[in-house]
Amino acid sequence: MSTSMSTSDGALRTPWRPRWLAVVGIGAVVTAALTVWLGLWVTPPDEVQGNLARLLYIHPAVATVALYWAGGVALLGSLLYLWPRTRSFFWDRLAAAAVEVGAVFSALTLVTGSLWGRPVWGVWWTWDARLTSTALLLLLELGYLALRRVPADAHIRAKRCAVAAILIAIDVPIVHFSVDWWNTLHQSGTVLDPGFNLHVHGSMLWTMLLSFLAFTLIFVWLLAMRYRIEVLQDAVGDQELEVSLSERWNEDAELVGVGGGSGAPGGDEGGGS
Amino acid sequence: MWGHFMLHDAVLVAGKDLRIEARSRVALWQVVPFALLVLVLLAFAIGPDQASLRHAAPGIFWVALLFSTVLAIQRSVAVESGEGTRDGLRLSGIDPAGIFLGKAAAIGVQLLALQLILWAGVTFLFDVRVHVIWLAVVACLLATVGLACAGVLYGALSAGLRVRDTLLPLLVLPVLAPVLLAGSKVWQAALDNNVSSGTQWLKILIPFAVVYLVVGIVLYGPLQEAA
Repeated sequence: MSTSMSTSDGALRTPWRPRWLAVVGIGAVVTAALTVWLGLWVTPPDEVQGNLARLLYIHPAVATVALYWAGGVALLGSLLYLWPRTRSFFWDRLAAAAVEVGAVFSALTLVTGSLWGRPVWGVWWTWDARLTSTALLLLLELGYLALRRVPADAHIRAKRCAVAAILIAIDVPIVHFSVDWWNTLHQSGTVLDPGFNLHVHGSMLWTMLLSFLAFTLIFVWLLAMRYRIEVLQDAVGDQELEVSLSERWNEDAELVGVGGGSGAPGGDEGGGS
Repeated sequence: MWGHFMLHDAVLVAGKDLRIEARSRVALWQVVPFALLVLVLLAFAIGPDQASLRHAAPGIFWVALLFSTVLAIQRSVAVESGEGTRDGLRLSGIDPAGIFLGKAAAIGVQLLALQLILWAGVTFLFDVRVHVIWLAVVACLLATVGLACAGVLYGALSAGLRVRDTLLPLLVLPVLAPVLLAGSKVWQAALDNNVSSGTQWLKILIPFAVVYLVVGIVLYGPLQEAA
């Protein structure tokens, strides 16, 4: 009994934490701090948009992480889990972590875009192609997370979630094209993404590139931490199972000990196997 | 040869589902009245102005169809939810792709009937006249394939879960959103006699139907094991 307890305890005591993760974390903090400093103090305000243009150092980078990094990792992880030769819980956990971090970044994309849209467009929300497809992506991700929360056998849950993630990945381009057409067909004066009509150069360009690096590092760090939590959750689940199993064994042993031990003292020690 | 067996299995499964529907009449007494109820409720929300109702009619038609599709999917899953029913279907040696196609065909037949009723409903309630009938019909046929295939996939995904009735709409409605968008636009074009705009929008419905048909045939097997 004691040996089986120590293995699951060991998984909890020495959880997965590679050395590169600390480097990524420090890199994320440094680049993010540099982006804040450059974005708020060093770069000049934009000619047309004034200080509003400073959102350029957050919004495009956050959106890139949400759409491409998180979406790509989730799709890759799900495909590799479903493929029998590469099937491993590593891919399942990685995909789940990517969708969860992706949902946070999708929500941030919508919030930062909305903050910019209110003063520039005059509205918090407009039915632009990009906005609509991002909002739908967030809803699809929330659906995946809801499915993930449903208790089930680990293999079954992993398979189900992998299929769901692939179906989401199929839907996203279709949604994107459909709303794209919807917009261009009926709105001649489509409001462009800030990236298209601002002249980005000099210190602004460098700050923007740095922000991409910062948010990518933040994404990698969050992804790894989320993956670690998945590993720990599974370890806790295993440990709880073993504890309750061993309690059950002890109960049986005591019962046997009490039942058979009326005449023979020391029978309770025999049930410790 | 495989394709032949698959189609044969599909016909068997579709026949079984449709026979159950014909005998239980759940679709007739619950799904159809629900679809008509959505028409009336949305009309209440928009108000009695005839012009704005006519303008909103294509959207109302497709929203009613989408909500009813969710009910039809739930029904299709519920048919298999009895004790050991899914295991029985799996052990019967029927090809998973055949089961997928059969269940999709059964939902598709019900959706087609439902669209006829909804079409009559919008004509009667909102005084809508479809000018380019072939355009509206093609949109309905393509959308039926897409809705049925995506619906069966998501039905299988949520099958066997205790929370399936609340989870399924959350999972499936955002996925079906492109059908709502494109379908409404084709219908608008069919009402306005604008064929070129309508055919443009059919280009969304075609890949949606094809992709979910192919993905369903490929993924239904692993999904069935996971249920």
